[in-house]
Amino acid sequence: MTLDLWHITKRVAFYALVIFIVVVSIFPFYYAILTSFKSGTDLFRVTYWPTSFSLDNYMSVLTTGSFPRNLLNSVFVAAVTVLAALFLAITASFALSRVRFRGRGLLLMTILAVSMFPQIAVLAGLFEVIRFLGIYNTPWALIFSYTIFTLPFTVWVLTTFMRDLPIEIEEAAIVDGATPWIIIWRVFLPLLWPALVTTGLLAFIAAWNEFLFALTFTSSNATRTVPVAIALLSGGSQYEIPWGNIMAASVIVTVPLVVLVLIFQRKIISGLTAGGVKG
Amino acid sequence: MTVEATAGQAVRTQPKIESELLKSRVGAAMWFLLPMLAALAVVAGWPLLRTIYFSLTNASLTNLYEADFVGFKNYLNWTTLKSGRTVFSGLLVDPAWWNAVGNTLRFAVISVTLETVLGMVVALVLNAEFKGRGIVRAAILIPWAIPTIVSAKMWSWMLNDQFGIINDLFMKLGLISHKTAWTASADTAMTAVLIVDIWKTTPFMALLILAGLQMIPKDIYEAAEIDGVHPVKVFFKVTLPLVRPALMVAVIFRLLDAMRIFDLIYVLTPNSAATKTMSVISRENLFDFDKFAYGSAQSTFLFLMIAVMTGLYIWLGKVRFDGGDR
Repeated sequence: MTLDLWHITKRVAFYALVIFIVVVSIFPFYYAILTSFKSGTDLFRVTYWPTSFSLDNYMSVLTTGSFPRNLLNSVFVAAVTVLAALFLAITASFALSRVRFRGRGLLLMTILAVSMFPQIAVLAGLFEVIRFLGIYNTPWALIFSYTIFTLPFTVWVLTTFMRDLPIEIEEAAIVDGATPWIIIWRVFLPLLWPALVTTGLLAFIAAWNEFLFALTFTSSNATRTVPVAIALLSGGSQYEIPWGNIMAASVIVTVPLVVLVLIFQRKIISGLTAGGVKG
Repeated sequence: MTVEATAGQAVRTQPKIESELLKSRVGAAMWFLLPMLAALAVVAGWPLLRTIYFSLTNASLTNLYEADFVGFKNYLNWTTLKSGRTVFSGLLVDPAWWNAVGNTLRFAVISVTLETVLGMVVALVLNAEFKGRGIVRAAILIPWAIPTIVSAKMWSWMLNDQFGIINDLFMKLGLISHKTAWTASADTAMTAVLIVDIWKTTPFMALLILAGLQMIPKDIYEAAEIDGVHPVKVFFKVTLPLVRPALMVAVIFRLLDAMRIFDLIYVLTPNSAATKTMSVISRENLFDFDKFAYGSAQSTFLFLMIAVMTGLYIWLGKVRFDGGDR
């Protein structure tokens, strides 16, 4: 009897913990959505459940100001950054994972070290390079600077993936006279698609969310990316923070990410752990 | 291993062709590496060197190229007054800088500790088999997927002193007697930053620990259960030692990441001395206060701190792994 009771208490406690974890994880995003659909004075009345529904905030964010332009900037910057990083990383990872040469281990460690770089440490130097190249306040400044974190990450994860590809496939290709270049693009690439999707997605999220470089290397509303736009979104006066608009913009920026992450859940988890644990 | 073995066999049968093939492979590998290395040199290596150089000059935003070399004056400088008194200036005697160093270290240690403990709890829950596990795993991915800036804004709305739901909830639960300005008041600003960071990063920690947990063979637990070992003892004697390598990697990654925190603090608690970290204060000097050289000195200092930490970790890690503690 007491044993049963103990058993039931344990189960209840466990499920209480589970519910607590889920609620804490989801609630802030739920509350942002809830707020984004409120307008006028409703905004300043705390409610736990949806009470009113209005698209005012969305209309105002998408039709006034430069937010649509910022969205396009973000998409462009993140997409080009990812493509550039993947292109450079595929050949480099082939060399790092399938060819033995002196200093390979040291090189891998250096690449990992670069991804751990505090971004602030290169900020002053990058600012000079970007001004020298004449790309200050353009999307190219961001694409250029984001390479510092997307490239080491993609190289590292793709190297781990490529190391696990069977040697027999490569041997067969070598026997047929394929050069390393052909092996990469014709033999390995079709096998690497899942890995490319995972790394590409993680790099995309990182570039999409980046703030420090975007804040420093762009200076006008038209060239900003969404994180900076949201951070600097302000109302008519200093004390009038447009919470409704901020929440609507936040939801617009976040929903695609959440959907992508939920669709590619398993792949993302495997990519994260390949980048972390196996390192 | 396999590569070596097969290559070795082939060498014995066809020595000449194989060695030529190997040579051309290594040659191709160098060409494959070159673009990546060049890119990293341009975006990481060179800018880092320039930052360090700027920290030794009197450069300003408008005068990057004609700056004079001033040695370590940005770090420590002194002038002797007529009265014979020596006045020190520079980074090493700047109280605002040491306040930022303290804030950064405090933030890094507290957030990583709590994230590790909570991440372990979540990972253990996800490692158990129960109905709805998939939902929990999907749910904890949401904080991770939300951009830091967005989560900072969401939380600063929730923590708002007048209209925030947190104050409303805590008042209803009787936890606080009057509304608190969480992000604005110096006493609670760091707590607010910690809450948001822990909320956002615990999932990442949990997933990394979970990957480690899932590598532990199930039969160890079965054996422990048959022997009637108490679950708490199983955790400390079996789970924790076995998951430790994965845990250590996750902790060091998070620690290095926490040391460079910028965006959350910049948005959640702007201009609060109680939370200003090393990255925030350096950027402020670099671009807002037009003390480019001084800001460079601060970011160089942060870089050196992180480099020393990484070096220590690699050194300590080697010692431990060689000691056969695995």
